[in-house]
Amino acid sequence: MDTPASQSLLEDALEQVASADSERTLDEVRVRFLGKKGALTAQLKELGQLPPEQRREAGQEINRAKQTLEQAIAERGEVLARERLNARLAEETIDVTLPGRSVEPGGAHPVNRALDRLLDIFQRLGFEVATGPEVEDDYYNFEALNFPPHHPARAMHDTFYLPDGRLLRTHTSPVQIRVMAEQGAPVRIVAPGRVFRSDSDQTHTPQFHQVEGLLVDRDVTFADLKGMLSDFVNAFFEDDLEMRLRPSYFPFTEPSAEVDVRWRNPDGTAGDWLEVLGCGMVHPNVLKNCGVDPEEFTGYAFGLGVERFAMLRYRVDDLRLFFDNDLRFLRQFR
Amino acid sequence: MKISHRWLGEWVKSGLSAEEIAERFTLAGLEVDSIEPVAPPLDGVVVGEILSVEPHPDADRLRVCRVAGDSEERIIVCGAPNAREGLKAPLAVMGTTLPGGMKIKPAKLRGVDSQGMLCSEPELGLGEEAGGLMELPGDAPVGESLAAYLGLDDHIIEVDLTPNRADCLSVRGLARELSAITEKPIVSPKIEAVAAVSERGIDIELDSPEDCPCYVGRVIEGIDVTAATPLWMVERLRRSGIRSLGPIVDVTNYVLLELGQPMHAFDLDKIEGGIRVRRAAKGEKITLLDGQAIEPDADMLLIADHDQPLAIAGVMGGQDSAVGDNTRDILLESAWFNPATISGRARRLGLSTESAHRFERGVDPALQRIAAERATRLIVDIAGGRPGPVVEAKDEEHLPDASRVTLRLTRLNRVLGSELDADSVDSILERLGMEVSRSDDHFKVVAPTARRDIEIEADLIEEVARIYGYDRLPTRHPGGEIVVKAPPETRTSERALRQQLAARGFQEVIAWSFVSQAELDALSMGEGAQALANPLSREMAVLRTSLLPGLLNVAGRNLRRQIPSFRLFETGHCFRNGPEVFEESWRLGLLMTGDIRPQHFSGKSRATDYFDLKGEVEHLLAFNAVEGKVRFQRADLSWLHPGQAARLLIDDKPAGWLGQLHPALADELELDQAIYVAEFDGRSITARRLPEHRDSGRFPAVRRDIAFVVSDEHPASNLIDAVRESAGGLLEDCVIFDQYRGEGIEKGFRSLAMGLILRDVSRTLKDREVDALLETVLADLEDRFGAKLRG
Repeated sequence: MDTPASQSLLEDALEQVASADSERTLDEVRVRFLGKKGALTAQLKELGQLPPEQRREAGQEINRAKQTLEQAIAERGEVLARERLNARLAEETIDVTLPGRSVEPGGAHPVNRALDRLLDIFQRLGFEVATGPEVEDDYYNFEALNFPPHHPARAMHDTFYLPDGRLLRTHTSPVQIRVMAEQGAPVRIVAPGRVFRSDSDQTHTPQFHQVEGLLVDRDVTFADLKGMLSDFVNAFFEDDLEMRLRPSYFPFTEPSAEVDVRWRNPDGTAGDWLEVLGCGMVHPNVLKNCGVDPEEFTGYAFGLGVERFAMLRYRVDDLRLFFDNDLRFLRQFR
Repeated sequence: MKISHRWLGEWVKSGLSAEEIAERFTLAGLEVDSIEPVAPPLDGVVVGEILSVEPHPDADRLRVCRVAGDSEERIIVCGAPNAREGLKAPLAVMGTTLPGGMKIKPAKLRGVDSQGMLCSEPELGLGEEAGGLMELPGDAPVGESLAAYLGLDDHIIEVDLTPNRADCLSVRGLARELSAITEKPIVSPKIEAVAAVSERGIDIELDSPEDCPCYVGRVIEGIDVTAATPLWMVERLRRSGIRSLGPIVDVTNYVLLELGQPMHAFDLDKIEGGIRVRRAAKGEKITLLDGQAIEPDADMLLIADHDQPLAIAGVMGGQDSAVGDNTRDILLESAWFNPATISGRARRLGLSTESAHRFERGVDPALQRIAAERATRLIVDIAGGRPGPVVEAKDEEHLPDASRVTLRLTRLNRVLGSELDADSVDSILERLGMEVSRSDDHFKVVAPTARRDIEIEADLIEEVARIYGYDRLPTRHPGGEIVVKAPPETRTSERALRQQLAARGFQEVIAWSFVSQAELDALSMGEGAQALANPLSREMAVLRTSLLPGLLNVAGRNLRRQIPSFRLFETGHCFRNGPEVFEESWRLGLLMTGDIRPQHFSGKSRATDYFDLKGEVEHLLAFNAVEGKVRFQRADLSWLHPGQAARLLIDDKPAGWLGQLHPALADELELDQAIYVAEFDGRSITARRLPEHRDSGRFPAVRRDIAFVVSDEHPASNLIDAVRESAGGLLEDCVIFDQYRGEGIEKGFRSLAMGLILRDVSRTLKDREVDALLETVLADLEDRFGAKLRG
């Protein structure tokens, strides 16, 4: 018996499948052999004309050929699809090193960047953020804070006055009076904000930012103040800096201290002592002015200049740059 | 306060160097600002004596001097006017390098050999004024090193005292501190009463005893005002920064430095009758020592005679009654003035005097008589004269007493967190000159009269703490009970706002809170602006009513620095005198200008426009889920472009504005590109909705698009509101996706295409319902706005 017709048909078909160079040609091959009018389909249709004893075998033969062909088409189809995808992807290739498309990034002002960091640390230490007005009364800014009228301590604060006697707060300490007078003790707050002094030269600007902290509770001691400040300073600078407290004078604290840290030079060696903040135990008169019994409660307060911390942290050497708002400067603090 | 290290060393033999004393003072609360050598090194400068003076053969101004010095006589050519025979003056020998860098070499001056140089004070770095050669006393030992002779191996310690420590404004006070810190005894000079040798006293009346409860006066007759102040005194004064001005003034200044008592001397001849210490009367006039003629205010205290004012008490003396070249008899004044009476008066007169500085901080009220005796002794020794009796007018009732304060050891340890024992506390207090009587844990303390700052127990706690040493006190790190407090979730924090805006390309700036009235007026924002009583300048004379001027300022400056595109923001307080109350509010300001994004190879950028700004605003409000119903409304604000200005309403209340800066204004401000600005009330835009879950529904949404033509007079926001109203609860979202004007549309009208997204959470919507709903919506739009479905 010679090779069945289906076999030679299949060989021909497979050859055509193999040489199909596009999905479209491949589909034409499929139609040519497996379509309604396709060659293999025609053979299936012609089965009925065969003698019954040959039908079964021939039928199986054709079906096998059909399956083989279908599989070959599918496989070839996958290959061609992959090739087509690859070709498309190749075409879509770009220079991925060219710059992207976006807006120019913005950023926080370095003073506020430092402020946010300061507040973050104090909030972790359990202090709540409190705020108050920038236009204040003499009472909140001075009197309640134990500055006697006409006292030379007032001259330490070059104050901006309004014609009616009100003033621009010279520190954020009035907030401690407002909060304590309202809430009583215990109290644990930090008050950030703008403050004003009528002073303008290389190391003074008429406005700057302060964070003032207050903690009043039973059994708060000077030892707690020292411990908290040293933890705070080291947290802020991510370092382990030597710290010292020097006795000083503020009307609203007694004992009072200035805090110095031993700065580190860029090469890692110990540098100079730098004054970073003022602090002390809340003066009993201040507690009394807020209706808090100084025998029952003690507390500490501290105040720091945000610009000072920003200058140290980011190594800015001129205070006035902060208020010049030159974008070339500001964009360095993203 | 500047003080000589050697002078201090005479009071307390601490054995410490100037640097060591500075360190100890600083750690005890007396901050040392600087330590300076009193003179530059003067090797090779000796005491010289001019033996003879001959005119120079060739130069009128020069003289040829024969000078004795360290070894042999030499010839020196000198141009100083005071070079004269017998004068002793500093001599720089050959090879010496002077502080200014000049090297002394043999020189020929107009043909005469000169071997060395006779020096003036500035040439030696010892003073500013050059009146010729520095004149040394007649008994100065010729040939001795000048530095050794003048005691120039010394340092000036400058202490920056806090206002509470008036007691340290003298050698006596600083010595007390040094003694307490170092535990070394204090040796004060003996001050004895000087017996009166004349009977001449003076009549003193204290008309205002609360202002001046103690006035000690003493007449000294027949003094010689031409007497020279001894060199040691001149040097000590110089080292404290005070110039020598004649023996009487020098002595009063010396006593001020030594003991801390400001004193004054009057020419007795100029005093009519006696002394009256009284408040100034209206219309009185006095010319002060500095030549200033003033009419003292009624709250100023005067030292007057029976006729007229002689001095502003505690501040400055008058010119007429001052000691002068012809003075023979003087009245010495040593008084105690109430700090409140002196405070601020000098400043008001534009003066800053050593005397006022001390009186307003508080002088030792037990010092007046002692100081008078001390000054008398020194004056008589230097300028001769016959002292009269001490006349003391005193009102004990108004003179403050020594402070008496009780200190409890338990309280001290409770405040400091320490465990100090009674003996250490006792010892510290006594070293500070306090009288202490102890019973159990209670210390009854009498503070030295000079310590006006010791008033309550806390003051004593500080004294103990600072002398003991803050560094030696215990430290306790945070711990123990935690109070958990979280910021409210319904408030966007300032920090979050900052970070969001930064992420959207906005750079934060911090402008001055002060602006000029003109700047505000130019923006029509000047109404209600609050002026300062004492501004630094006209540019910073009023409080800002808006963040806009600051933002525009920053924008202008950066545009001029060739940065053409940026986005800025600031948060801060603004101030305004409202119709009824003064308003202080926290605001957020935005500014956008230039290209919307940086140059990119893929295509051109475009200029920022109103919708970029509004988009940012909407993004901010949506991102923070601002509480309340947000609406934008056309606005008429004079600083904005009349066609591109909107107001933000939250729950129908104004919460800010946005738009393009009026091009005319931009022109005026020399900003030659479109500037988009906005300002919002900080509290309104940071109020945040707390999310509350609702079923999102699993049934499909249906989108229907409609297009209609409507008159321009109806803002889109009204149309959207109307659609929301008509569509009711099924409307999930409504977007405007096209706007068309032009051909086919009548002028003054526009075509808007709107997509309506509808959904019911509990079922699938039927086409019929949706069609019906759409018809209602279109009918309402037609009814209310005359909108016609676009065919």
